[in-house]
Amino acid sequence: MFRSLAPPEYLATIDRVKCIRCKRCIQNCGWGVYSWGGDKILIDTFKCVKCLRCYHYCPEEAIEIKDNPTRFKQNAYWGYHNIRNIKRQAETGGIPLTGMGSDLPYTILFDNLLIDACQVTNPSIDPLREPMELRTYLGKKPSSVKIEKGKDGKLKLAEPAPPQIKLEVPIIFSPMSYGSISLNAQKVLATAAKECGIVMNTGEGGLHEDLIPYRKNIIVQVASGRFGVNPEYLNAGVAVEIKIGQGAKPGIGGHLPGEKIPLEVAKTRMIPVGTDALSPAPQHDIYSIEDLRQLIYAIKEATDYKPVSVKIAAVHNVAAIASGIVRAGADIVYLDGFRGGTGAAPSIIRDHLGIPIEHALAAVDDRLRQEGIRNEASIIAAGGIRSSADAAKAIALGADAVAIGTAALITMGCTTCGKCYTGNCSWGITTQRPELTARLDPEVYAERLINLIHAWTHELKEILGALGINSIESLRGNRERLRGVGLDSFTLDILGVKPAGR
Amino acid sequence: MNHDYQKDMAGCGLTGLISRKRRRVSGSHIAKSLCLMTDRGNGLGAGYAAYGIYPEFKDFYAFHIMYDEPSVRRTVEEVLKASYHVEKIEEIPTSPVRAIPISPLLVRYFVEPLKEKLVGDVEESDFVVSTVMRVNSEIEGAYIFSSGKNMGAFKGVGNPSDIAEFFRMEEYEGYLWTAHTRFPTNTPGWWGGAHPFTLLDWSIVHNGEISSYGINKRYLEMYGYKLTLLTDTEVAAYLLDLLIRRHGLSIPVACAALASPFWKNIDRMDDGERDALTALRLTYGSALLNGPFSLLFGHSNGLVGINDRIKLRPLVAAVKDDVTYMASEESAIRAICPSPEKVWAPRAGDPVIVGLED
Ligand code: SF4
Ligand code: SF4
Repeated sequence: MFRSLAPPEYLATIDRVKCIRCKRCIQNCGWGVYSWGGDKILIDTFKCVKCLRCYHYCPEEAIEIKDNPTRFKQNAYWGYHNIRNIKRQAETGGIPLTGMGSDLPYTILFDNLLIDACQVTNPSIDPLREPMELRTYLGKKPSSVKIEKGKDGKLKLAEPAPPQIKLEVPIIFSPMSYGSISLNAQKVLATAAKECGIVMNTGEGGLHEDLIPYRKNIIVQVASGRFGVNPEYLNAGVAVEIKIGQGAKPGIGGHLPGEKIPLEVAKTRMIPVGTDALSPAPQHDIYSIEDLRQLIYAIKEATDYKPVSVKIAAVHNVAAIASGIVRAGADIVYLDGFRGGTGAAPSIIRDHLGIPIEHALAAVDDRLRQEGIRNEASIIAAGGIRSSADAAKAIALGADAVAIGTAALITMGCTTCGKCYTGNCSWGITTQRPELTARLDPEVYAERLINLIHAWTHELKEILGALGINSIESLRGNRERLRGVGLDSFTLDILGVKPAGR
Repeated sequence: MNHDYQKDMAGCGLTGLISRKRRRVSGSHIAKSLCLMTDRGNGLGAGYAAYGIYPEFKDFYAFHIMYDEPSVRRTVEEVLKASYHVEKIEEIPTSPVRAIPISPLLVRYFVEPLKEKLVGDVEESDFVVSTVMRVNSEIEGAYIFSSGKNMGAFKGVGNPSDIAEFFRMEEYEGYLWTAHTRFPTNTPGWWGGAHPFTLLDWSIVHNGEISSYGINKRYLEMYGYKLTLLTDTEVAAYLLDLLIRRHGLSIPVACAALASPFWKNIDRMDDGERDALTALRLTYGSALLNGPFSLLFGHSNGLVGINDRIKLRPLVAAVKDDVTYMASEESAIRAICPSPEKVWAPRAGDPVIVGLED
């Protein structure tokens, strides 16, 4: 009898000659692919997700993880994932889950945009010789300032300015809750945020006490489950974020199964151990924009007017929605495109709902300008930022800063295998199993994440230098310095970008 | 959508002078200074702006309008007459110059908005700006290139001496002059594309390329400015109008927004000043002029010269008696002021702000 009509995706193989039977692969695999057969390692390749943990930890380089060459017959219409999902559904009757952002081959607009550079008529600037400024402030900006000369002849503000979140580079870490990721993974984010002068976000999981020392670099999130929310929590960070939606699963809630709620997670979320943590699809006190406004101001009152961010998934009417959010009093609008990652989402939702961040960002920035309220809120673009070039393009389209989640996890070992929802992550990231989370040493991995932010910082400075500008605010919304390749005129129009050659 | 435009690029030379005692000097003076910088222009555009030239009409807005087609003149005049009292209409006097075989029709109007048109709390200056924006963006073939009181811009396609001769600059006397010669890297062949750019009594001459143009433009559009000329300089003129006239910033503060100090310098300031400059940068980040430039801007009470934050374009200043000179090159100043008392090169981002004595 067959085990499943969905053939294994990967073939984990061991070179029996090289193998010294040290059993490290058994220890390392979170998915239980390997077991000891008395005289050799046994392999259950159905369980393999190609996370490559075993590969890196095999001392003899005896392991190879191959894509299974046995595939369904090639069919240009019935794709591999279509057939596979049907087979799995036929076996389980359930909704296939997935993790990470959508991997389907929709057009990636970032890859169809190119950045300008200086030649002759304006000099490029060498970032090694000249100052190159990336500092960014998130929050409401007044439309004008009143500055007067004090008695000492120095300039001073006539009216206090609204509160801001100061970032040394226009990159932040996207919300990932304790529960969806391990505490060690959160510590990596917090340590790197502090070191790099940026912020991480608790996600909807409360704030573990170990993170309190990092509060100047933390945004706390309030979402539909209201986990871990009390006045102390609201005041624990530099700002509060209201999560309405997530790019990977717009319009649906979250479900952290009881098995993933051990004592520490339960304490932080303020729920009993082992109960399912359900985040309803809507926030049950927000059924309209007026309700959102009340919540925004309730939070402002509770926090002595810290900046409030509202995170939404990029959906078709995102421009009008964002405008409403700004008018409701938000200081930051966080836009999460459909490529955005997730710890767990039904793959049908992840792969088919929402719109890409590039379109959403361009539309929102345009709309806020048309309405003359662009200064009222900062825009964070998230959902598939893969490199500093994506970040630069997003900023040129109009973002104040970008948020990265997946890229940060990749520095911790993640290979985007997409099986985060199982709670077995061999890298100790999206798991609460103590033997797995223990491997993610926050100090060691923070170093790697800091390296990434530093590398992107240098790259952004090089890009600015080539553009002949020495401050990030001159790139922000400067779509004149982008050109589209191979984009139709509608798309160019939405992006507000000229085609290459013009 | 308004993004699919072709931007105009140019290298340039500029010069300007101001008598702090309001002593009026002839236009031949500034023309001599400008004509020295032959390498900085290629004959595809030159212009002059002068203040104090229309004392007998000093209370009226002097609209200088160019018509590509004489036929649009009537359309524009109907628009003007509907909202303005027109004190005087005349063709701008010109002399025939061989190198300038064709020119647009050039007419000037001395006008005053009709009181009944200023409904509510509309400022007179805003009303005039909206007229300029409307004519320039909506009426094809007509272009208001000067709209201040007791001042005027004179500009066109040609080299500096031909343009001076054409407009008979020697016949005008002003206490403040700016002038410009250009080296466009593409050929617009359009008279409106020459400098100075003016709006109300702001006039700007500019050398350089504003690499932040895209965002400066979108920022201004948020405040209702219509950018019709596709040049960097227009952006600078409107930004000054927004920051100084509409937002009420002082000139030094506006300069600190357009060429803001680096964060490392702001961080070193004491608390009050640091907060003020931080708030200024946050608020006006999209107004920061980034990229190589030197520019002079004149207004009825003074002249300001400013460079970009790392001084990628030249600017020299000099003083002699009651006159301050600023130009792209020292030689352009010495051409008309052989022995200045003081000559200096202003530091990057540090504005030279000169006001009138009264
Ligand atoms: S550790 Fe990862 S790659 Fe290795 S067998 Fe397990 S799941 Fe497959
Ligand atoms: S976090 Fe872990 S489970 Fe999730 S994609 Fe990355 S490696 Fe796979």
